[in-house]
Amino acid sequence: MQRTEATLKRTLQAAAIGILAASFGAAAMAQEKAKPAPAPAAKPAPAKPAAEEEPFWAIGRPKSSPDAMKMAPVPAFPIPTAADKLPVKKIKLPPGFKVEVWASDILDARGMRQGDKGTVFVSSLFVAGKIYAVVDKGGKREVKTIAEKLFLPNGIEFHKGALYVATPKDITRYDDIEAKLDSPPKPVTVYDKLPGDVPHGWKFIKVGPDGKLYFPVGAPCNICDPSDKYAQIFRMNLDGSGVESVVKGMRNTVGFDWHPKTKELWFGDNQRDWLSEDMPLDELNRVTKQGQHFGFPYCHSGMMADPTHGWGKDCKDYVKPALVIGAHAAPLGMRFYTGKMFPAKYHNAIFLTRHGPWNRTQKYAADVVAVFIDAKGNARMEPFLTGLVENNQYLGRPADVMVMKDGSLLVSDDHNGAIYRVSYGK
Amino acid sequence: MAALLASAAPPVVSQPIEKRVELCYVCHGRNGHSQTPLIPSIGGQTSFFVVAQLFLFRDGRRGAAPRGMADAARPLSNDDLRAFGEFIARLPPPPPPAGKVDAARAARGAALAGQHYCAACHNPDYSGREQMPRLAHQREDYLLKALRDYKSGARMAYGRGMEDVMADLNDADLADLAHYLSHFPAAARRP
Repeated sequence: MQRTEATLKRTLQAAAIGILAASFGAAAMAQEKAKPAPAPAAKPAPAKPAAEEEPFWAIGRPKSSPDAMKMAPVPAFPIPTAADKLPVKKIKLPPGFKVEVWASDILDARGMRQGDKGTVFVSSLFVAGKIYAVVDKGGKREVKTIAEKLFLPNGIEFHKGALYVATPKDITRYDDIEAKLDSPPKPVTVYDKLPGDVPHGWKFIKVGPDGKLYFPVGAPCNICDPSDKYAQIFRMNLDGSGVESVVKGMRNTVGFDWHPKTKELWFGDNQRDWLSEDMPLDELNRVTKQGQHFGFPYCHSGMMADPTHGWGKDCKDYVKPALVIGAHAAPLGMRFYTGKMFPAKYHNAIFLTRHGPWNRTQKYAADVVAVFIDAKGNARMEPFLTGLVENNQYLGRPADVMVMKDGSLLVSDDHNGAIYRVSYGK
Repeated sequence: MAALLASAAPPVVSQPIEKRVELCYVCHGRNGHSQTPLIPSIGGQTSFFVVAQLFLFRDGRRGAAPRGMADAARPLSNDDLRAFGEFIARLPPPPPPAGKVDAARAARGAALAGQHYCAACHNPDYSGREQMPRLAHQREDYLLKALRDYKSGARMAYGRGMEDVMADLNDADLADLAHYLSHFPAAARRP
């Protein structure tokens, strides 16, 4: 032990000397660089208005409010919560349901898809930048990292043996992935012409009933009127050809699915920040026709014109949401329930995650809601998995749901780096 | 060096954290008050920030960061990260830097900090919170290096914000900001 310490210390000392030497060089260079830079007493004001220089999520923030000035997006802690410390005992479900830890130690666990052979693929965002494969080994789950150092790889889909991975820049494909979990192949590029913006550039992707791959390109801002590259859901053939727009006026969807009977597309949409604590209300939308416009950036929640972009616009010119699900609630992954295990009322209902707001002083949601849709397409929601907000802090934050073959429901929690399994009955 | 550390390496877990942190002091100075150019003071840094940075070093995601840190972080367990984070957060924050405040540069830095809402995340007294580091009394040369690295993309920020906020700042702006923040709060007093 002593020797190890001493060795480490010597190494670090050597490193420090190296850094010192390098840094003197760098410092000298910096001075050299700094010299010619004039130091005018009155520097001209920046050409752009200050509002455009803020981080994208902060634009529109009311500077007069100290409470608002303290809010920033809440990133996941860089260490997953240990299995025995996960908040499963805090989770509340309707009678007859139970929840257990299905897998833990999956840093930043976000999107989930299941392969034909049972592998559960898990995506992540910037904290981990990884794609994981979770394999069931006799009731024990083994977590393998199959790709890493990726750029916001939130979007994944499994289709015909291949895993599709979407970043803000491109969509790639890992063929025959379940046979190659220990030595994943180099991915094939499917499409590399995405704009690549960080704001709302991360994806949720899914193959639709028409066999096409659906992907969103969110608004590259909190609130702006972007070019026609943005604020839409697109679809394309699986080889990357034939890209076409399906939905317009969409700000940032991180979850969508098709009704098992009507085959209509339903999508969650995260509305703008900094308008007010209680507005706008995030949306769950139903698409009945290709090319429908859902209001962004002119009309929010189907009921209010934007204070900047809404002048001269009328909410009745845009498709109203099927359901509003709460201010800044943050709808992420969603899935129609197609299993048999849960009671009949849940069949063909939507399970929708609400990640919970950052842009609100009072935190809420961080839950899974069940959305019931009647024959006319009217939607109403009920709490399903709750209990993860305590003392205005998140104990966990659901990010995606997935129906397993046995009808149980997996729920990923990126805040804790874990996946829970919800089942019904014995 | 990496090989040496790897082979020598069982993590020094049985040592109490007060002892283990001596390794940090070799470069970062006693109590994490750095006396060395381009090496940051870490005393009183937020625990989340320390954990997040060690995590990025361990993952090899701090770009061209000094080898010493990557090597030091590689064998650390998650519990180690927490232990270092908590201990370092309890160390006293660094004292005011030596050297005089350049009033003109401080004024430009203050204006830039206002325009770019630095205090909105880093706190009005620049003490930092969560993943957003303490900036007050940080070494000026290090602040400038960090800002340049964020701007060039050589360093990834933990969370959103830094890349976006850097877009419209030029190198002279970064130098003024570093001067202002390093000398905060003295630099904020009107002459």
